[in-house]
Amino acid sequence: MISQTYSSRKYGIIGIIVLIGLVYLTRLFLLQVPKNSYKLSAENNILRYITEYPTRGLIFDRTGKLLVYNEPAYDLLVVPGQLSDFDTTELCGLLNIDPLDFSDKLSKAKKYSNYKPSIFLEQISQEDHAFLAEKLYKYPGFYVQARSLRKYPYNTAAHTLGYIGEVTKNEVESDVYYQSGDYIGKSGIEKFYEKALRGEKGLSIKIVDVYNREKGAFREGIYDTAAIAGKSIQITLDADLQKYGEYLMQNKIGSIVAIEPASGEILAFVTSPTYDPNLLVGRIRSKNYTILSKDSLKPLMHRAIMGTYSPGSTFKIVNALIGLQEQVLYPDTKYDCQGPNSRPIKCTHFHTTPLELQGAIMHSCNPYFWKVFRSIINKPTFENTEAAYNNWKNHANSLGFGLKFHTDIPFELRGNIPASDFYNRIYGEGRWNSLTIRSLAIGQGEILVTPLQMANFTAIVANYGYYYPPHLLKSIIDQKESNNNYRQKQTTINKKYFSLIVKAMNDVVDMPHGTAYWVRIPDIPVCGKTGTVENPHGKDHSTFIAFAPKDEPQIAIAVVVENAGYGSTWAAPIASLMIEKYITKEINRKWMEDRIANANLLNRNEEKK
Amino acid sequence: MRRRSNILANLDWITIILYFTLVFLGWLNIYSAVYNEEHQSIFDVTQRYGKQLIWISASVFLIFIILFLDVKFINAFSYIFYAAGIIVLIMVLFFGKEISGSKSWFHIGSFGIQPSEFTKFVTALALAKYLSSYNINLQNLKVLFNTLIIILLPALLILLQNDTGSALVYFAFFLVLYREGLSAKLVVAGITILTLLVLTLLLNKFYIWGGLVLVFFILLFFIKRNFSNISKLFLLLLISASLVYAINYSFNHFLSPYQQKRINVLIGKDIDIRGAGYNVHQSKIAIGSGGFWGKGYLSGTQTKYDFVPEQDTDFIFCTVGEEFGFVGSLTVIGLFMLLLLRLVQLAERQKSRFSRIYGYGVISLILFHFTVNIGMTIGIIPVIGIPLPFFSYGGSSLWAFTILLFIFLRLDSFRSQLL
Ligand SMILES: [Zn+2]
Repeated sequence: MISQTYSSRKYGIIGIIVLIGLVYLTRLFLLQVPKNSYKLSAENNILRYITEYPTRGLIFDRTGKLLVYNEPAYDLLVVPGQLSDFDTTELCGLLNIDPLDFSDKLSKAKKYSNYKPSIFLEQISQEDHAFLAEKLYKYPGFYVQARSLRKYPYNTAAHTLGYIGEVTKNEVESDVYYQSGDYIGKSGIEKFYEKALRGEKGLSIKIVDVYNREKGAFREGIYDTAAIAGKSIQITLDADLQKYGEYLMQNKIGSIVAIEPASGEILAFVTSPTYDPNLLVGRIRSKNYTILSKDSLKPLMHRAIMGTYSPGSTFKIVNALIGLQEQVLYPDTKYDCQGPNSRPIKCTHFHTTPLELQGAIMHSCNPYFWKVFRSIINKPTFENTEAAYNNWKNHANSLGFGLKFHTDIPFELRGNIPASDFYNRIYGEGRWNSLTIRSLAIGQGEILVTPLQMANFTAIVANYGYYYPPHLLKSIIDQKESNNNYRQKQTTINKKYFSLIVKAMNDVVDMPHGTAYWVRIPDIPVCGKTGTVENPHGKDHSTFIAFAPKDEPQIAIAVVVENAGYGSTWAAPIASLMIEKYITKEINRKWMEDRIANANLLNRNEEKK
Repeated sequence: MRRRSNILANLDWITIILYFTLVFLGWLNIYSAVYNEEHQSIFDVTQRYGKQLIWISASVFLIFIILFLDVKFINAFSYIFYAAGIIVLIMVLFFGKEISGSKSWFHIGSFGIQPSEFTKFVTALALAKYLSSYNINLQNLKVLFNTLIIILLPALLILLQNDTGSALVYFAFFLVLYREGLSAKLVVAGITILTLLVLTLLLNKFYIWGGLVLVFFILLFFIKRNFSNISKLFLLLLISASLVYAINYSFNHFLSPYQQKRINVLIGKDIDIRGAGYNVHQSKIAIGSGGFWGKGYLSGTQTKYDFVPEQDTDFIFCTVGEEFGFVGSLTVIGLFMLLLLRLVQLAERQKSRFSRIYGYGVISLILFHFTVNIGMTIGIIPVIGIPLPFFSYGGSSLWAFTILLFIFLRLDSFRSQLL
């Protein structure tokens, strides 16, 4: 007996079939038709973007010596999604890393992306790479990408050349060119000429399969771009002179800046203590950077542009020039000097009295320049002290003090020539006068200058009143447009007032009673001025500015040796040796060189205390 | 000759056309999935599309044999086929070759065959034979028990081969039981158990227990509140609650972490595109990137560069989705819908109960494979490795479905007669 056929249940079955069909079609429609992330994923899956890194430009000195070049290095990349089982211990051994460190790096890479390559180990040397490359086939998912490391064969001018390092998050955000992991110039030439040196990255898009095997160029390479090599540049430094300056300054704190007066080109840019630029390269960089930044002598600080000092006696020349220009001082103006009993500023030198201007410069007479300064500030043509002071400040600024040059030197400081507001704030408007600010007369007080500004001022004197802003670029090699766009700058001081100053400065070195007679160079007339800068924090700084030869000067130089005492004792011979080295290319005064190079003046500050 | 032309005239050509269309489309997609520039000849038998051509030719040969079989012979030998199938399954356990973790293959020389594919149709035959016997009623517990034995015995043996996917296929026969009068209560019970299963995997068991108690009180409000009803309802509550506990316990203690993870990925508790979810993720990318019109034949990048694993077998539908887009998906799903609905129509027109039940066996197997296979490629159903009928690469699968379908067509050609 066939009791019941349940044939109505076929509708239930048809219903189930149709329902499944509709659900699947809806799902497929949603998956396939509206815009969604799956389309993008498919492209990313199969396209590998390979950045072609250009070689960074080389850096040469003014004579064509190679200062910076590139050495190949390799980054090990990992794509976690492509890893298969491998011998971790063996790989750790190959890479010379700790297994714990290994798993740490791997989980970091996984966190970043399973499918995109991330840097596993940076900057593997060429030798290590050759060894690793043979074994790498055993470790699918690991790749090597060629990069390069900066090398400094001359081991000099670390601060000037600067260094490169990985881009920061901010740098990535502010410039689309950079991607995380890229390198960028962080300081010095590397920073300022980053765009020229870096070149342009290229990109090639390759199709890859799931095993990451390359299957050829994407769309026959129509989106690929070739990397453009960075441009090499020649800088104004003279590597031999620079290196010699660093040698003289060893075990001393301070700076030497030498400029070619006719062009503003910086010939030597010595900062001491310095460091080996090769230390801030590659994997050792961050470790060494920490060590250097913790050093109490601050070797990372570029003192030539970041060290600010009271100019001391060298500033008397500035006041002399301003006085002459303002016609409150004449070459034959005579002022009395009571030596140590002088008021309000005592004299530190013994000399005949009264002196004319030339003698006052040679003997660095404090009371004389106080009187010069007083006559500038009290000049009756100005309605009040503030107006006269502003005029004085204007002259000082035009001589390159209290301002930045804004050339190609990152991180330069402007020093300080106080604005009149500063004194108004301290003393009240109209309640200060020349006496209040008398220390400016002898280059003390609030005035601060950098060694670069002092060297530039020396160049102004050598040029009789003008200068080219000091800079480091000689040329960008293979660049068509001219790169020297630094215009000659005229100061507020008339040319005619310089002859007397030059004569006086020449006497300082070449006359037997000059303060720096002992550092004269036979056959080269040198003009100089010593400075012994009172330093509230310790022993006086020894300073010296000079240029030579007196007619047609080739080099203008400023030397600061911190806590070294008299300008004539340390800064003067260093400047003299630098001039000799630059002009004659050899040193005849070996005894002087040895005495300077062997002196250790690092702990003088402690001795005094 | 008169008899043969009679068969041809009575054959359902709509189904045959649908069959060959699906087989042809399947082959096109296998060619694309395997395609590479070095081997372009479609007859290259070192490549899978070349081999599939051989399997297709052999299928045509099989079709002719089946069409010449005596319908009465098929009916009479159903149990013997079934018994033979069970014996082969047992033999595989001892002499089979293990391939990727399942011991489900027989190797004769270099030629491999998967017996579990063929036990599907013998089970359908045996089920049809048993349920069409005189005076059989599925409401009868003993009959139900015997039916379950017929269905679950091969499933159990295949489970022992460690081929979970193929074993699950046998649950498809519950559709046949439903059609043939399985008690509505049991159907409701089945659905309830399935719902509890999914909920238990998704939620904390305490929530579900709370929910069950709530349902208990709501139902209490609706039923006639006499002692018998209340105690029955309370018993049901207890059974459900213990079931939840049992599922929870089994999940945590009997499943390997790998299996747990697969299930978790499926129900959305776990997202791991590297591990268990990788296949599904890549598959969805392939299908999703196809868009409306597809990337064009042989131009699927996901396919070409092997991002989707097993793309010519279990994940063949990805190739359709990527290269032919939504239009392709619509076509393939449409063809399967047409085939299934046509088969329902054919099954319902059978005079013989044997033929009808066998017909529903065919429908339930194809429907199950279709649902699970495409469901997993679009991320609706867990990754259960079973092929898409007529589409996926593989001789065993193609032959088994061909035999399954054409036995029914042979029975259908004889539909006007009672067996
Ligand atoms: Zn004096």
